Amino acid sequence: MVGIVIVSHSETLAKGVVEFCRIMAKNIPIEAAGGLDDGGIGTSFEKIMGAVERAQQGDGVLILMDLGSAVMTTEMVLETLGDDTVHMVDCPLVEGAMEAAILAEGGMDVLAVKAEAESAREVRKINK
Amino acid sequence: MTNNAKVVELLKQISDKIDENAQFLTELDAAIGDSDHGINMARGFKKVVEDLPGVAEQDIGAILKKVGMILVSTVGGASGPLYGTAFMKAGGVVSGKMEINADDFLEILEAGIGGVQMRGKAEKGEKTMLDAMLPALDAMKAAGTADTRAMLDAGVAAAKEGVEYTKTIIATKGRASYLGERSIGHQDPGATSFTVILETIAEAY
Repeated sequence: MVGIVIVSHSETLAKGVVEFCRIMAKNIPIEAAGGLDDGGIGTSFEKIMGAVERAQQGDGVLILMDLGSAVMTTEMVLETLGDDTVHMVDCPLVEGAMEAAILAEGGMDVLAVKAEAESAREVRKINK
Repeated sequence: MTNNAKVVELLKQISDKIDENAQFLTELDAAIGDSDHGINMARGFKKVVEDLPGVAEQDIGAILKKVGMILVSTVGGASGPLYGTAFMKAGGVVSGKMEINADDFLEILEAGIGGVQMRGKAEKGEKTMLDAMLPALDAMKAAGTADTRAMLDAGVAAAKEGVEYTKTIIATKGRASYLGERSIGHQDPGATSFTVILETIAEAY
């Protein structure tokens, strides 16, 4: 199954997104990588690396980030790993994570899940 | 210009200077960012100093790469991947060298700043550390490497001017960009920390 990693400056926010996704996706590997190693606000290279390694079951991993250093630190993790089945997803964190989790749970492959999660950018919450 | 032992010594001095300026840098960041720049940089360079004995005997390229990796792992904010990438790229151009001259130093700076641009995808005029870095590099190149003292002084002067310039512009990159016009009047914390580092290098020479 495709794994998912949620990267946020806040440990609570990352864990919250994981908790929320779990409702719809009971079996996929989904990991939170939020905050610094001591729980403070920030992003941790080690935490992200560890989360990606735990989420990788061989079918690839998608990483969803909040903003700023979360994106840059994740980029550095990807460069260090050199694993071409691990991808960053450019999408709203909550909507993208929920969509990715449900599709990964359904057994979709990593690139297809990535494309669908990125389409979450276009989804309106309030129809006009 | 310098050798690996002096680079280690210099990194300790940079760490001390960042520590002295930690509160100031954090105050600057509190005005237009997330109030962590000084604390983050101080934590990163403290760890650098702690881990230096393990690499002190190695070549300058290896030392700089190690510094970059430590900063990425410990800084926590945007300056972690930015300065981390800068030091790692800088280390790449002096691999195997136990001594470097002024030409090498310019190459280090150019590679490091290129790393910041690559990682942050920013340009001049967006109110970031690049607004001190790019003018400093240009000024040092223009001054030339024949007189290292003059070259370093030109770099520091240009970096300081760059910091002043950041007060006059709106942030369009990073968290400060959400503030829009409210970011005017405040100097950029990253441009300031780079200037502190360059000043420390110039003073040590």
